[in-house]
Amino acid sequence: MSDKKKKRTIIRTVLLLIMVSAIGYTIYSNATAEKNVLEVGEKAPEFVLTDLEGNEHRLSEYKGEGVFLNFWGTWCKPCAREMPAINSQYEVYKDQGVNVLAVNIDQSEFEVQSYADRYGLNFPIAIDEAKSVMEAYSVVPLPTTVLISPDGTVTDIITREMTEQEVAAHMESIKPE
Amino acid sequence: MEQIKCQCGHNNPPGTDLCASCGRPLTEKEKRKKLADMRYEGSARRSQTYNKSIVDKVWNFFSSVKIGIAIIVAILVAASIGTILPQQLFIPAQGEEAVREYYADVYGSFGAVYHFLGFHDLYSSYWFQALIGMLGISLIIASLDRGVPLYKSLKNQRVLRHESFMKRQRFFGAGEAEPDALDASAQELENMKYKVRREKNGILAEKGRFSRWGPYVNHAGLIIFLIGVMLRALPGFYIDESLWVREGEMRAIPGAPGYYLASENFEVTTYSGEGDEEVYGEALEEAGTVVKDYKTDAVLYQVPEGSPPGATDNLEKVKEYEIEVNHPLQFDGYNVYQMDYRLNELSSMTFALTNKETGESRGELTVDLSDPQHIYELEDGSTVELIGYYPDFSGFAENGEPQTATPIPNNPGFLVEMTTPETPEGETSFIVIRETVEPFGENEYKLTFQSAETRDVSGLVIRKDVTLPILILGGIIFMIGVTQGMYFNHRRIWIQEKADGTVLVAGHTNKNWFALKKELDKTTETAGLPPAADQQEEAKQKEKEGENRYDVG
Amino acid sequence: MTLVEWSSNLLLTAFFAYLAGTLLFGGAVRGNKEGSFASESRWGRIAITVTVIGFLANLGYFFTRWAASGHIPLSNMFEFTAAFGMMLVGGFILIYFIYRTPALGMVVLPVALLVIAYASMFPRDISPLIPALQSYWLPIHVSTVVIAEGILAISAGAGLIYLLKNVDMKKKSKQRLWLEILMYALFLVLGFVVANSYFMLTDYEAAFDYVDKEGEAASVVYDMPPLFGMNEGVALDESTMEPIFEVPAFINGSKLTAVAWSVIVGTILYGLVRLVFRRRVAEMLQPLVRNTNSQLMDEVGYRSVIIGFPVFSLGALIFAMIWAQEAWGRFWGWDPKEVWALITWLFYAAYLHLRLGKGWQGEKSAWLAVGGFAIIMFNLVAVNLIIAGLHSYA
Repeated sequence: MSDKKKKRTIIRTVLLLIMVSAIGYTIYSNATAEKNVLEVGEKAPEFVLTDLEGNEHRLSEYKGEGVFLNFWGTWCKPCAREMPAINSQYEVYKDQGVNVLAVNIDQSEFEVQSYADRYGLNFPIAIDEAKSVMEAYSVVPLPTTVLISPDGTVTDIITREMTEQEVAAHMESIKPE
Repeated sequence: MEQIKCQCGHNNPPGTDLCASCGRPLTEKEKRKKLADMRYEGSARRSQTYNKSIVDKVWNFFSSVKIGIAIIVAILVAASIGTILPQQLFIPAQGEEAVREYYADVYGSFGAVYHFLGFHDLYSSYWFQALIGMLGISLIIASLDRGVPLYKSLKNQRVLRHESFMKRQRFFGAGEAEPDALDASAQELENMKYKVRREKNGILAEKGRFSRWGPYVNHAGLIIFLIGVMLRALPGFYIDESLWVREGEMRAIPGAPGYYLASENFEVTTYSGEGDEEVYGEALEEAGTVVKDYKTDAVLYQVPEGSPPGATDNLEKVKEYEIEVNHPLQFDGYNVYQMDYRLNELSSMTFALTNKETGESRGELTVDLSDPQHIYELEDGSTVELIGYYPDFSGFAENGEPQTATPIPNNPGFLVEMTTPETPEGETSFIVIRETVEPFGENEYKLTFQSAETRDVSGLVIRKDVTLPILILGGIIFMIGVTQGMYFNHRRIWIQEKADGTVLVAGHTNKNWFALKKELDKTTETAGLPPAADQQEEAKQKEKEGENRYDVG
Repeated sequence: MTLVEWSSNLLLTAFFAYLAGTLLFGGAVRGNKEGSFASESRWGRIAITVTVIGFLANLGYFFTRWAASGHIPLSNMFEFTAAFGMMLVGGFILIYFIYRTPALGMVVLPVALLVIAYASMFPRDISPLIPALQSYWLPIHVSTVVIAEGILAISAGAGLIYLLKNVDMKKKSKQRLWLEILMYALFLVLGFVVANSYFMLTDYEAAFDYVDKEGEAASVVYDMPPLFGMNEGVALDESTMEPIFEVPAFINGSKLTAVAWSVIVGTILYGLVRLVFRRRVAEMLQPLVRNTNSQLMDEVGYRSVIIGFPVFSLGALIFAMIWAQEAWGRFWGWDPKEVWALITWLFYAAYLHLRLGKGWQGEKSAWLAVGGFAIIMFNLVAVNLIIAGLHSYA
């Protein structure tokens, strides 16, 4: 009898625990989890983009080097303010194994090219015509900068304007050893 | 607590009201009743029997019907509070601060309080979800506690019951009977589709026992449904994205890696009120324009396996489909719904290069706004060089540079340099709709707006819901349970011949007593059994006459 | 006659048949004063025949209108409410053939009349379907809901009879008060019908410009004299009467005006009845139900819920979810109408659990049945007109 009782208590405890934790987890993840968002620490999704000069950039080809991926648009004012900083730091780090790729979100080649000319941008700029890279990196606000380490993982995602010091520090952080 | 031993020798679990074997009342309370409480066959509800540890107490809490009803009522009241003012989802304001202000501005202090209490997002609040969760726990525990003992007692029920059990059924009769009444009634009951069991001097006829499982089946359906809803919280089980696509554009489908969607055409039609639609004439006059249909001619593409995003030159066409309201595009578990649209976004503009004085035109140029060219050459050697294009011109910066607010051509501005054989050094001009700025003095030539072409933007929603089959299963099981429990009933008739030759007849059903009475009367009449009377009716009658009061429960 | 005219004439026929049916059922019940059931069954037979004829005419209205409009006539406030009235009668006929209860007819038919009259106060033009409604789920979903609500409402009818018979009118009690409030509520609906008909017949109209809750300019046409003015409302015609009160932007002054007129006219009517007869309305009805069988009414009420609940679950929740999934890709969106369907469902679930688990029978059960009807009516009236959402008809 007391054995039976013990068994019953155990079954009840287990059932209650399962139910309560399932509900608790559901409420918690409904409150916190954002759907399908790329997170720091994940492997950076592969992409292939062709820049304005016609060169193809494939992420996997930069294995062993850092990638500074900047998403931007010509209408975005903070983008315009950080572009010169990125450009000058690009000059510093381009020979140290840090690649910069600026990804424009589906604007016309004319707008992108004249923008690059006006700001004298030297780093490669590609246009993400179907917004597929933007989707893969779940970019919402502009500018968004994704830092990819030499081993291909995302080490940081910055969703605001950066100062020149910050740009330098970020590039330094993904420099191969 | 100890097992209860009945006079008939059967051991019953503690808390039992009616002996599972013979049906004798076991508790004092039960003995006092005029009619037996047949709700769970008088079996012990598991939770009531153990009430020691905290676990047992929690278990008992959720097992109680009273608590279950209290939870239902709490959800009901909470849900109704959420409809007093529109939920956050349905208001135009976006962002926490804006939402708070919206409630305060539009609904005054009541709105502010409503927002402060979190009622603006009531259905996703943690406490509302917790209430639903508690309902789920209550469903599971209450069903287990009642379903299992009920199943056991119905499975083990005996044909011969004690006289006290039969006497305490609502339909009961006793008296003399024809000699072969038992055989005749067994025959008659079988004719009426009863399952008849005989044992020595007694008969148990039963039909529709499965209807007793109805509540447990429908609760199981609800539990499965709730599990399905919970799974949606897990990443990847539920995708909900939106997509705006212009005519002639192709876009990666959000949430569906590797898939692309192109819009070839978007169309809105409205009711004309003519021909077949003449019957709507008056309603249309009242309402103005009513949209009849809107749809996107879409083409679905897919990249080959393993092809990364970015490259769009190797796309394979999957299918063409007309996406319409109520007719989503379906592929690979995804559904693309037609939700919204924006009409008439500028797609190209045509200008003429004209002499301001004579009005003479040197030719026309058309600027494709999604792909403007650097240089437009006209027939007679004149050129228009595009220096800057600002799709949504919003004014000049401090350094005089034109600005654009968005990438959408709401208010396109063009900075151009016009060169003609007469003005070989070129003239600079800035053009926006209905306005031309000439920053470096008076020009001889200007670009005159001729015409524009527009295109429509289609608003689509992409959804994938892996939990749907679970939800559907839950829904089906629920409906089966409700149907079996409510449209069928469990009828039982006991007949027993006592040693002295008296025959006892008793009948029970979980609902629709009228139908049972009919069948019972038919049996007693044909077989020559003593008629059964409705004891509840009699009790009511007496109560009314003020003679006696019974606790009928 | 065109199909449309046929359809409105058939509805009118049904209306008068129900009116006659009410009186005949009343006669059947009164005839039974001395318990002579022979007279009850003779009158009852005539009454049910008239009611069935009315119901057939009502079905005729429904299908001719369907043919004329090209879609099931359940797409606006008038059509839905009229169909609800029709199904109320349909549910009653069903129950009548099982239980032979003339008293139920005497209660349900006038309510159905009131519902149909209320429906007729809304624009009766045949309106085209917006894209979201163009689906075969429209007939499946909405007709199941209407049938279910019709059946569920029967339980309220049975409950009302139970209460009229069993609540003691001589003693002051909460029950007596609430029963009278219930009667008063029916008078308010009557008040709406009378007020609206009067102003419709006299062609009353007053246009206003106002500022809506989003701060945008808008305009509105009142069809009753404006007691409550819209936010910053300006009359377009100078002869229009000045609204007595101005309401804040989030309250719709023209709808509030309609409510106010209903209350005024309904209260006057109720007051007149009380003055003339010097008795409570419920008390006046009590003799009519003296000979009904309480237990039978309890059983009828319970069985209506048992029949109606699964149909309601199927139509208002399951079919609704399937359609919502197909049209919008989410089976549930917490739209007010959806929420109120859930509330109705939860309420009847609570009813069943209270009855089966807690033994709430008789009077308690009857009160719950009446409460369920109140929720259905709230969903039909208030949610459609006040809390706008995807289902907003008017």
